Amino acid sequence: MRWMWIDTIVTYEPDKRLVAIKNVSLAEEHLHEHFPATATLPAQPVMPASLMIEGMAQTAGILVGSLRRFNEKVVLAKIQRAEINADVIPGQCIRYDARIERIDPMGAGTSGTIERMDHRTGQWEKIGETEIMFSHVDQNMSGLAFPEHNFVFSDSFRNVLRSSGLGHLMD
Amino acid sequence: MAISRAEIEEKVTDVLENALGADRDDIIATATLTEDLGAESIDFLDIQFQLEKKFSTPEKAFKIEQGELFPENMMSNPDFVKDGKFTDAGMAVLQERMPHVDVSVFASDRNVKGLAKIFTVKSLCDFIDIKLKK
Repeated sequence: MRWMWIDTIVTYEPDKRLVAIKNVSLAEEHLHEHFPATATLPAQPVMPASLMIEGMAQTAGILVGSLRRFNEKVVLAKIQRAEINADVIPGQCIRYDARIERIDPMGAGTSGTIERMDHRTGQWEKIGETEIMFSHVDQNMSGLAFPEHNFVFSDSFRNVLRSSGLGHLMD
Repeated sequence: MAISRAEIEEKVTDVLENALGADRDDIIATATLTEDLGAESIDFLDIQFQLEKKFSTPEKAFKIEQGELFPENMMSNPDFVKDGKFTDAGMAVLQERMPHVDVSVFASDRNVKGLAKIFTVKSLCDFIDIKLKK
């Protein structure tokens, strides 16, 4: 089981762009630890920025995987840049918009924007940007061998693709 | 309009500063990408992508083919690498495929682990120089 940080895919433009949504809920346990109440301050549940980067990495990773019909094992190789300028709190929604910048037999470069939406206004607001690189792990320069089965695109990813109406991409 | 060597060096320095987080003062011609500037294997792909972006113009895309800048598909070929060392054929192919590097730097031990030493700031600039003149 892999911990998924996106709920659904709302836009897929083959070879170019993939957009995913994450609904942030107070039912998520980690929010109670980030940040708990102290003697002087009340609890301040906010979505950890590191998990937003993971959400973007999952979004962009699916996009990169789709380029080769999920035959490559796509792993996050390098976060070249990540900038998040605002908090996301329970009840708000996050939108990860990932684009392919460059694809090569060894890997791919992606760019992304992160937005949040408050249901009171219904307006999307850009809160961050990322540049993330992925490696096709079987094509690594050091010649290391990895297991034959695709351990990256597991059932968790398949389920998200299926529930988003994109299950055919993995057939 | 042709790009000068100084401009090439300036742009390569920009790329290495960005990709490796290296200090500009440390990015000198003789600095090796791995030992001196701290590059890891994935950084090579990052450097490749960033060089393409930096040297592309609206008129002409600057595209680096797989294995053109850094060697690929050689390590697992027994004709080229035997017992962790480059064979005569391997050394010849290395120099032929990559005129921008000086393989004599590690000719004495030929150990594949020493391969990274041949990739210096100068070799990247030479690569760009040679490719732009083609």
